This record gives sequence, C-alpha cells and structure tokens, in this order.
Amino acid sequence: MTRYFTQDHEWVEVDGDTATVGITDYAQGQLGDIVFVEVPAEGTALAKGGEAAVVESVKAASDVYSPVSGTVTEGNPSLEDDPALVNTAPEGDGWFFKLTISDVGELDGLMDEAAYKAFCDTL
Amino acid sequence: MRVSEDEEQIEPEVLPLDGWHRARGARMVPFAGYDMPIQYEGILAEHEWTRNHAGLFDVSHMGQLLLTGEGLDAAIEALLPIDLATLKVGQQRYSLLLDDNGGVLDDLMVQRWPDAIYLVVNGATKWDDIGHLREHLPDEIGLNHLDDQALLALQGPEAATALARHAVGDHSLDTLTFMQFGSFTIAGHPATISRSGYTGEDGFEISIPAEAAETVADLLCAEPQVKPIGLGARDSLRLEAGLPLYGHDLSPETSPIEAGLTFGINKRRRIEGGFPGADRILREIAEGTARKWVGLALDGRQAAREGAEVFAGSNAVGSVTSGGFSPTLGHPVAVAYVDVGHAAEGTALEIEVRGKPLPARVVPLPFVQHRYRRKGTTQ
Repeated sequence: MTRYFTQDHEWVEVDGDTATVGITDYAQGQLGDIVFVEVPAEGTALAKGGEAAVVESVKAASDVYSPVSGTVTEGNPSLEDDPALVNTAPEGDGWFFKLTISDVGELDGLMDEAAYKAFCDTL
Repeated sequence: MRVSEDEEQIEPEVLPLDGWHRARGARMVPFAGYDMPIQYEGILAEHEWTRNHAGLFDVSHMGQLLLTGEGLDAAIEALLPIDLATLKVGQQRYSLLLDDNGGVLDDLMVQRWPDAIYLVVNGATKWDDIGHLREHLPDEIGLNHLDDQALLALQGPEAATALARHAVGDHSLDTLTFMQFGSFTIAGHPATISRSGYTGEDGFEISIPAEAAETVADLLCAEPQVKPIGLGARDSLRLEAGLPLYGHDLSPETSPIEAGLTFGINKRRRIEGGFPGADRILREIAEGTARKWVGLALDGRQAAREGAEVFAGSNAVGSVTSGGFSPTLGHPVAVAYVDVGHAAEGTALEIEVRGKPLPARVVPLPFVQHRYRRKGTTQ
C-alpha cells in the first residue's frame, strides 16, 4: 500500500484500485476542534479535485476534495457520532471515505510523504 | 481541504502581549487590524474552562477613549441614546453609536469618571468611531485615545477569587457588582476594573498601562483558576450568551430595536428623543419592526453560519448573522434577523446550508443563562 498527499492536505492510501481518503494531521491541527463531518454516500461519483466531504470545526467549515476520481464504496460511519476522531487519529481511524479509483494515472501528480512534509514546512 | 474564512490583507498591528501569546503557544490570526490569539490549547477546552473556572482574554485591540470638557454630557447625549443624568461615577452602561437613520455605527461601553466619560469601543471600528466623534463633538470636547492602555478581561465563575488576590483598592474587589467599576492597583500598576464582560459569566475587564500587561497577565495566569483564552472561545461564549458582535449582528443596516437592544435607548431619551435617528427608533419602539433578531436552535451537529438563508416552507424569511456549535449545549445555535411573523418562540424554520435545509426552531436568548453578579444577589 502506498500513501499519497495533496496540496490541500488530503491523504489517500492506495491498495490496487481501491483507496482510503482522509485529511492530514497538519490539516486537523489547523482546523482545531472538529464538531461535524459529512462524508459522501456509497455510490457517489467523485472527480479529482471536486468537493467530496465537509469538515467543520468550532470556528469554520471546510471542503474536503477528492485526491482522485472514482466511486465511493464507503463513508466512515464512525465520524457521525465521533467527529473528534479526525483530531485524535486523522491518518488512521479518522479516515473520511473509501473509493474505487477510476484512473490510477491520476496518482502521478500527488506527493509522497517526504515531499508533503517538505511542502508543509514551507507554509 | 480548504478553510473558508475571510482573510485580511493589511499588515496587522502588534498587541502589547503579542510575544506573551506566542510564548504560550497561541495560534495568531489577523483580526480587527491586529495579530490576535485565536486559540491556545483548543476552542472547546478553552470555552469549557471559562464556563467552569476563569479565562483571561486579551482585548487590547479595543479602543479606549477618554472624553473631557465643558458641556460633556449634552455633547455625548447628542450622539448616543444614553441618559447620562442617571449614570453616576463608578457606573458603566452599554450604549450605541447611531447614524442619522438610527443604524448602528458601533456598540460600546460608557463609564462615568469624576471629570470625564470613558468609552470602550470595538477594535475594528475604533478609527471610524474616533473620526465620527471628532466630527460631531463640539470643539471644546477633548477626545483622548488611550492607546498606551492594554485591556484584559478575566471571565468565569472563579474570576473574582483569582483577581481579588491581586487587586488592591480602597474597597475590596467584591464590592463591585455587575456594570460597576473602580480604581485599583495590581502589582503596583494602576488598574481600572469593571465587573463586566462578553461571555455571560461573572467577570471583570481590566484597563492597565500597556507596559504592565505582561506582569498582570503572568500574575493572573499563575493562579490555578486562570488560563489564557483565545478569540475562538470568546466568540462561542458570546454567541451562547446571546450578545451581538458588531459587524456581523449589528451594522449601519440594522436598528437597535430590531436587534433587541431597546434597553440601550434609555428611558428619558425615549420620551425626549434628540439623538441620531430618533424619529425612526421611537417609531419602531411604538409600532414594532418588520424583522427581529432571534435565537435559533438546530438539531444534529452541522452549524449554520453567517449569511445562511432562513426559510419558512419555500419562503425566505431571514438570514443568519452568527452561528456555530454551542459547546455548552452540545448542538449548533444561530442568531438571525427573521420577519416578525416568523419570530415567535417555538416557530419551526429551516436554514439552508450547502443547499440542504437544516431544521431549526426559534428559542429565547440567551442560549445559556447569564451568571452576572448583580446588585442584591449573593455568590
């Protein structure tokens, strides 16, 4: 499995043509206390860079974009009752959704972990 | 992920406690022309700490103005709907700076000093306020911007206990009740302390020389009851307390009467008028307004924020001016201007958020009861 990152602070972990998407630890730190997450329903067709989910902290609402195009197979059911999972385990149990990737080639433009870390250091 | 918030473009000014905030791990954001601490450990924790203990807020961005001169009361009454004849030395009162149409230019606190009137105005509006006051006050009235003063707020049920250990005065701190103020010293520095605030809790606002701000902040935060609190929790606390935020809930497009601030038009002034916009405001007091500022409680966890439209069925009947998650209540709340026919308590409405209607109902303000230490009440 390989994990990629976007400049909008999403991560995507790829296993064949299936992927799990969430927001990074850096992103949750910027947002602060998260009180609401809306994840896409199973079957939703997502375009790379298109709005996929909503995450709200006490302070502000933010859009989460899909790092790749594909069809949602599952939204994380735990986030409805426990949105703070995104704060405590952003890159683990606080994942947002899983999808079937329609074009694996779209992964080429994404960053690996080292590149993402270097990117965050410039912010 | 992209955060959708407004960002200011101008280079921010620096607060007297800027380094102090950063040393305590604050995340700084531009607000009202200053770099200000939005949070330290987190908004929810800071909110809850203030409701249960005592939180220290740096509000030095606000404008502290001192007015002096012959004929001062009459000159101020020409601009504010306040009755200064009933404001004695040692008392503070909420008032409104109004334009000629009765629109709100700012909301502010007024203190009667022995030979002066002291105002605290909003940070984002202070330069406009100063310009307005200079333009409209007679030449014999002096206006001194006390920009070498810092302003701290200590808020919460344990604020009095913590502050009493450091505030030295002719009378004990506890002789102050809500909206009274007095002169004290803290660590030898002169401090004007009022029993007031913006959280709905008992608490104090403390004006001190800017050079004493770090000493005083350190002393207070060394008390086990006290932690520094950022702007984020200040906003969620004031929203729960149903207190309007200028520039969001109040503006030149809103009248104080539709905002539920009729108490800010003092009794004598309702009879005599003689303040900007009096015709409209007195008419609205007599006849009512077309819309009202109301509290809305939402189900679920998704918040409705400023600008969201309010619907009764398919009819747009208002818009949200502030909204967010209420940490105390555990659900989102909002305030909105709503057509008066849909403003009654218990009315079921919907707020459109991201194309989705969220059910809401009109509830009384404040959302969370005030716990001020009023005259005649005991702790």
